[in-house]
Amino acid sequence: MRPTAPVLLSVAALAAASLTACGGGSGGDPDTVKIAYQRTTDNKTRIMDDYLAGIKRQFERAHDGKKLQLVPVQASQADYYAKLQQMMRSPKTAPDIVREDTFLINSDIKAGYLRPLDDKLAGWKDWSRFAPAAKAAVKGEDGKTYGVPDGTETRGLWFNKEVFARAGLPADWHPRTWKDVLDAARRVKEKVPGVTPLNVYTGKAPGEAATMQGFEMLLYGTGKDPLYDPAVRKWVSGSRGFRDALEFVRTVFADKLGPDPADALDPNVDNRVATEWLPSGKLAIALDGSWLGKYWQPGGSRPWPEWTSVMGRAPFPTQNGAAPGAVSLSGGWTWSVSAKSGKADLAWQVIETLQTTDNATEWTVRDAQIAVRDDVAASRKYLTSMPGVDFFTALVKFTHYRPALPVYPQVSSAIRDAMEAVTTGDASVQRAAGRYDEELKSIAGAAGVTARERAR
Amino acid sequence: MSGTAGTPAAGDATKVPAARGRGGARGRNGARRRDEGRPRARRALRWLPIAPASVLLLLFLAGPVAYCVAIAFTDTQLTGQASASFVGFANFRRAFADEGFRHAVVLTLVFTVLSSIVGQNSLGLALAGLMRRASRPVRTLTGAVVIAAWVLPEIVAGFLLYTFFNRRGTLNAVLEQLHLPPQNWLFTLPILAVSFANVWRGTAFSMLVYSAALAEIPQEITEAAEVDGASGPRRLWHVTLPMIRRSIATNLMLNTLQTLSVFGLIWAMTRGGPGNRSQTLPVFMYDQAFLKSLIGYGTAVALLLLLVGALFSVVYLRLMREEI
Repeated sequence: MRPTAPVLLSVAALAAASLTACGGGSGGDPDTVKIAYQRTTDNKTRIMDDYLAGIKRQFERAHDGKKLQLVPVQASQADYYAKLQQMMRSPKTAPDIVREDTFLINSDIKAGYLRPLDDKLAGWKDWSRFAPAAKAAVKGEDGKTYGVPDGTETRGLWFNKEVFARAGLPADWHPRTWKDVLDAARRVKEKVPGVTPLNVYTGKAPGEAATMQGFEMLLYGTGKDPLYDPAVRKWVSGSRGFRDALEFVRTVFADKLGPDPADALDPNVDNRVATEWLPSGKLAIALDGSWLGKYWQPGGSRPWPEWTSVMGRAPFPTQNGAAPGAVSLSGGWTWSVSAKSGKADLAWQVIETLQTTDNATEWTVRDAQIAVRDDVAASRKYLTSMPGVDFFTALVKFTHYRPALPVYPQVSSAIRDAMEAVTTGDASVQRAAGRYDEELKSIAGAAGVTARERAR
Repeated sequence: MSGTAGTPAAGDATKVPAARGRGGARGRNGARRRDEGRPRARRALRWLPIAPASVLLLLFLAGPVAYCVAIAFTDTQLTGQASASFVGFANFRRAFADEGFRHAVVLTLVFTVLSSIVGQNSLGLALAGLMRRASRPVRTLTGAVVIAAWVLPEIVAGFLLYTFFNRRGTLNAVLEQLHLPPQNWLFTLPILAVSFANVWRGTAFSMLVYSAALAEIPQEITEAAEVDGASGPRRLWHVTLPMIRRSIATNLMLNTLQTLSVFGLIWAMTRGGPGNRSQTLPVFMYDQAFLKSLIGYGTAVALLLLLVGALFSVVYLRLMREEI
């Protein structure tokens, strides 16, 4: 035997040994809790990282010998969900604590990724401080609670008062119908060339932002047909409201009231709206979330001191001005414990640290969230944190929650396909809606769908 | 997944021509002659060094592939489902009924033919031919530039070309200088833009293969053809091409397999959009498996992609065999 053979053999043996080692031991250390969260692809934004670094110090000081390990997942939102779900599939890679979007919570519960927290919540005095709607958002279909929400958000119209002045529109703009919104956009297009009149998120690239800030803000204002009919427990297909909402999106892009479709379908469009278009006065109206101010605060990714006087806010109207006159959507994120974590007790103690009044207030303010705890909502620090906090907190009474069912993420994806098709002009509203109905049938099963048009 | 699926086939492909090439054959004969006097035990011992590698290959390559095949017959989802069940051929039936899938197949073929078979292959051959005649500095410079494109990681190349084709990118800046109307390439002609990107990135490989092949043609043959009065194009058609035919087939096969599994480039440039106008099979698969969380269906699509690759390979292998 040549001398290379033993060398090769030992190298191979070593490789095999080390490979099995890294497969086996990662869930090991009983004193370390791993916490997974999204880090945005914008490297200037480190709000969550900074906040959790403080939590880590507090937790490790209070719990001798225990460690909190931060596991940032740097990805766009859609990729973050997929990555997290993959991590939670196996006990070897599952983090102990995960930050979940409430719209995925039911589907992740059904997949067996999350652990119910009722036993922990029963003895936790702070739980009574949470708003009932927020508690409902983290409850599974089985009636158990799977997470502690850390805030919510509402949505409405942001508009640039300087651009409005140039277009001859009022600074206290208050549209009553969709037509009012489109009329204002047309006015801007006519009077202030070079400025994009109106942004509505659309298509696949912005992910859930397109479905939620874009489509559902429209759909829930048609007042006719929701996405899901809880009375008959079926998804709604063939609805007039769906087509009307799509028609609004089509109008925005076909009449060139929105950004160039190439920009609207750019994966980083939400970042550009907040950090480029609005601060530079290139966009007049944005249908967007309560959190935009956090980009412009000192320390945000695009500090813009003038924003408090330049930016106006208005509730998004219903289609024809029907009661209650405004629409908003809310979601929010939650801290949950992975079902495959072997350290649920320690993980719970981390969540308790995250949710002391001080820490919860700190987080709500830092991330420009809308409070879900009464102590936070009442605190001066929160109420004076940012102009508009009161405005967006007031929208909570018009707000809708998404049908947080296991198949919702797929439905949401199908909605984005339909939006993208009408935005690019690849399909008519009729055809895009028809394709959605087909897709819905394959997602929810023929028995899970009710055809609204025929029933009438 | 496409990476795992593509690798074994590509691995095989590299072995085949090497073993059949003259260098390989000579080595094999030599080894056999030396072997004849050895006892059987020693010959068995020769397998020992590659045994661990084979075990590792089976474990980490064949294992995942088998696992993929198994998953493709279930309705596994990333989320929203307690346990997966066996669904037989449902995923495959779904694929063929799925407009999105059929569209992706067409785009994949367009992308492959355009960028690999036509683009990389002919450009690589042309470059190799021209470089044989070029002076040494030109040769070095061209080689360096082309190979630099090849050495760049796929995702980096993707972002580079994104900035090149972008509406406010380099290409439009150049067009403006020439007083030509700028185009939004990534939006109006996404499949052409990504095909070009793939040509840009992958031509170096063809160039290297053809450079080696052209260098192997004995000088006397070319000279003899010249003496017989064959013109340049005729020499190319009747002498050069037949003599490097085996290299052409090898190169085509490798290029095709690599192009079929291109994901990062397209993802970085267009994410398969706008609409689904640049959604080739790997991007479609990612969309279904990870964004729509349908792992089972996505895996079935991956297997179908593997099948497409296998079909191409069979055709190329046939081409090679005919000549021998």
